[in-house]
Amino acid sequence: MTDFGIGASVKRKEDRRFLLGKGRYTDDIQPNGLTHAVFVRSPHAHAAIKQIDSSAALAAPGVIAVLTGDDLSADGIGPLICGVTVTSDDGEPHKAPAHPALAQGKVNYVGDHVAIVVAETYAQARDGAELVMVDYEVLPAVTDTATAANPGQQQIHEVAPDNVCFNWPFGDKEGVEAAFASAHKVSSLDLVNNRMVTNAMEPRAALGEYNAGTEEITLHVTTQNPHVHRLVMSAFNQLAPEHKLRVVGPDVGGGFGVKIFVYAEELVVGWACRKLNRPIKWTAERTEAFLADAHGRDHVSKAEMAMDENGRFLAMRVHTRANLGAYLSTFGTMVPSYLYAFLLAGQYATPLIYSEVKAVFTNTAPVDACRGAGRPEATFLVERLVDVCAADMGMDPAEIRRINFIPVDAFPYQTPVVQCYDSGDYNAALNKALELAGYADFPARAEAAAVRGKCRGIGISSYVEACGMAPSAAVGQLGGGVGLWESAQVRFNPTGNVQVFTGTHSHGQGHETTFAQLVCDQLGVPIDNIEVIHGDTAKTQFGMGTYGSRSLAVGGVAIAKACDKLIAKGKKIAAHALEAAEGDIEFADGSFSVAGTDKAMGIGEVAFNAYVPHSYPERLEPGFDENAFFDPTNFSFPAGTHICEVEVDPETGEVDIIKYSAVDDFGRLINPMIVAGQVHGGIAHGVGQALLEACRYDSDGQLITASYMDYTMPRADNLPSFDLDYAPTHPPDNPLGVKGCGEAGAIGAPPAVINAIANALDVKHIEMPATPETVWRAAQTAARA
Amino acid sequence: MYEFNYRHANSVPDAIAAMQAADDGKFLAGGQTMLPTMKHRLAGPSDLIDLKGIAELKGINVTDQSVTIGAMTTHAEVAASTQVQNAIPALARLAGNIGDPAVRNCGTLGGSIANNDPAADYPSAVLALGATVKTSQREIPADEFFTGMFETALAEDEIIVSVSFPVAESAAYMKFENPASRYAIVGVFVAKTAGTVRVAVTGATTCAHRALRIEEALAGELDAEKVDAVTIPVEKMNSDIHASADYRAHLVIVMAKRAIAAASS
Repeated sequence: MTDFGIGASVKRKEDRRFLLGKGRYTDDIQPNGLTHAVFVRSPHAHAAIKQIDSSAALAAPGVIAVLTGDDLSADGIGPLICGVTVTSDDGEPHKAPAHPALAQGKVNYVGDHVAIVVAETYAQARDGAELVMVDYEVLPAVTDTATAANPGQQQIHEVAPDNVCFNWPFGDKEGVEAAFASAHKVSSLDLVNNRMVTNAMEPRAALGEYNAGTEEITLHVTTQNPHVHRLVMSAFNQLAPEHKLRVVGPDVGGGFGVKIFVYAEELVVGWACRKLNRPIKWTAERTEAFLADAHGRDHVSKAEMAMDENGRFLAMRVHTRANLGAYLSTFGTMVPSYLYAFLLAGQYATPLIYSEVKAVFTNTAPVDACRGAGRPEATFLVERLVDVCAADMGMDPAEIRRINFIPVDAFPYQTPVVQCYDSGDYNAALNKALELAGYADFPARAEAAAVRGKCRGIGISSYVEACGMAPSAAVGQLGGGVGLWESAQVRFNPTGNVQVFTGTHSHGQGHETTFAQLVCDQLGVPIDNIEVIHGDTAKTQFGMGTYGSRSLAVGGVAIAKACDKLIAKGKKIAAHALEAAEGDIEFADGSFSVAGTDKAMGIGEVAFNAYVPHSYPERLEPGFDENAFFDPTNFSFPAGTHICEVEVDPETGEVDIIKYSAVDDFGRLINPMIVAGQVHGGIAHGVGQALLEACRYDSDGQLITASYMDYTMPRADNLPSFDLDYAPTHPPDNPLGVKGCGEAGAIGAPPAVINAIANALDVKHIEMPATPETVWRAAQTAARA
Repeated sequence: MYEFNYRHANSVPDAIAAMQAADDGKFLAGGQTMLPTMKHRLAGPSDLIDLKGIAELKGINVTDQSVTIGAMTTHAEVAASTQVQNAIPALARLAGNIGDPAVRNCGTLGGSIANNDPAADYPSAVLALGATVKTSQREIPADEFFTGMFETALAEDEIIVSVSFPVAESAAYMKFENPASRYAIVGVFVAKTAGTVRVAVTGATTCAHRALRIEEALAGELDAEKVDAVTIPVEKMNSDIHASADYRAHLVIVMAKRAIAAASS
């Protein structure tokens, strides 16, 4: 390991510009002649639009235009799309109601887009938006996940009877039923996975500019995947052909999934800037982020496990209702189906699994991926159910996990739910975590806490997740509309420094450092001479972007493959220059040498020769610049055990996390500091879901948690210092030996926290978020029992 | 934010004159409630009359008997004042835990009690310590100042000059925070002053108030056990997504006992 290569905790290269205040976010960009947009949004959860009167707004100072859904459709701009098909139990594809970017006669959630007002200043646009008179006929709203599909409910979309998008059974139903019928014991649990608002620090924004000379639209937008934005907007929304549309995701202040999707505002701004021939900027206010960013989670489930007399899992059965919101967001259908049910095996060798997911429409914001996307929901269900099983069997939660783990010699392990896990040693991670957490000494700490009137609890969560999206063929078989490979271009400049173009996008993950370390390690170029470039369709080759913890596991491999090609070409150039046979050239530490001699030349010199090919191999193309694509053969399966220890104040219900220990298997770590940061952030996200974050609509469909006065984000004083360690295994499918790490904390943490609280109070279950009142009530009930 | 006229006042009479001349004027103290309300377009005053430049509204004066704090003194200044820390430590601690550092460096005592948010911290201290509110017109005893939700005894053109807190024998404030806003879901201020114990509650109901049932039960003694027998009227409690009425009623007892215990230790 060098100081800057693989395995070194290199300080982040990108932080210089952020610490100097030189980051460049969409809202920082101020082109000449800029105008400002404000969207008129529905104040009602469900209403027919009788009329839109823009006359007063158009007469207001500075207002340039008020555009509605009619204008959009007149220009042939298509509706927003959902990219993944799920086949329902009737053999038909999921129900896909039209999702117009600006309402067409009807609004379906509070915050739904009705019109765009463009004005010379932001304040004028805001004033103008207030003057747009919309005549609504208010309809009853449906908001509740569990009852949205009940008979007699208000219908939201004509194409979706009973508000059902799909009903998706999956697995061996008869086999599972037979196993349940003959089981020694059946444990069951009803549970809710609470709806979350993702809350990236930078709210969404879009800046559209049109060049009438080149007829090109440039759209700066808060995106995790600029090329996907461009593809969708060109191919499906007919905004402009791909070669006349440039999408730039400049510095982006956090994504967490919520900036994957192609949203109405972005498309409308792109269209309107051409229509008005003026640059237009829209930046969401925080309230708009709450109302109209895609939300996450929102499942209501029943989970059951059949066991034999030793507590071995025989079969699992799951029924879930998943709320998709008012419309299908870009990947809305995939989250509660493939990303959820395919993870229901968890770390266990449960032979039979059957699940049924009924996905419903409601008059709420669209629901889509939020850090973990489907895997946190699956993990919370499995890891809570396992604790209930342990209690029902009178077993230690660690022991019931241990006897049901997929054994280390069974990898690669084909689960009964599609996924084939690449590698893992679940016992190793559990043992290390138990050690780190001081599990054996817990009873003494609980006793000491009881003396102080506090209830201590300890909770285990042994998670596995599927990330590194994804083998394209597998995605295609499942109904995905895209391939999920990744691209890279590694370009030497004539003077020997390197530009790395990646199809992924960094919005906080530190790619500019991690990827530079890969290249530094492989090509022996000093890290300061390597620049990673991403996020601009005019600069980088087509790529799929960043989500599903894929950037290193897929994008990193593409970079390594491009480096391999450079080394192969470099050998030819060096062989010519050193007057040796190509087969005698060896490459190490940035130097090409003739085996067994002291003849050598540096890779920088080779690059120069490639650009100034005065003495150069015949028929070899000049230039030192290679690209590569990598389509993985399997998902990546990070796993680990997280253990949370809490102290509950039974008088108030307050929960204090005393200690949090996490042992993860991320394969080989490229930059341990960045990995630890990802784990810290993920755990904070998971603790937020477990203790603090609740997105709540009232029965009229008003969002009652639409600000930080009511929606509780995790803060530093909600969290302890985390104790991290690793139990790596080698994933044979990944050429770099790496696994994704960005979502693991958000996946592993919620059940660890809730298991700890349930343990502290000796109750079967407690719903998330475990607010003080929720916990206090559980403590009251437990005390009475 | 809607357009408004900004008026900078140099003296109290200057500010009152500006208010009387305005169509729909508002005094601007620290702006920690006013400005967000205006940004959300929930308020649109014709004039904002900024009190920041008025010297006589600032400063802290401590004697053996009282702590007098100018209305425009920020929470951070109160929290950092060694004089306040020595005279009424509970008051300094209360100020040091309002909102976050940005709020504490802008928000003021006068602004807080004039706004009288049902979940604000300061009103409980004003009530429990039996403070006197000095205004541009008169002196108002604490018990007459807070009249209802966001309502006070102040006239439209009346400005708080200072608040005078009697130095207590002992006092403590216990706040159960809203996890999101960190306002008080229930805050209880207990003070023993000149042989009487006063208990004031904020956050629990529509307006900060003295908890007379608890005061009666204590009968001048800082004895937490005496609170156990007190029944808090659940029907008067606020109820929202963070805390239901019966939970709040329970928390009043818990926070009162903890405040009493802290004040007596």
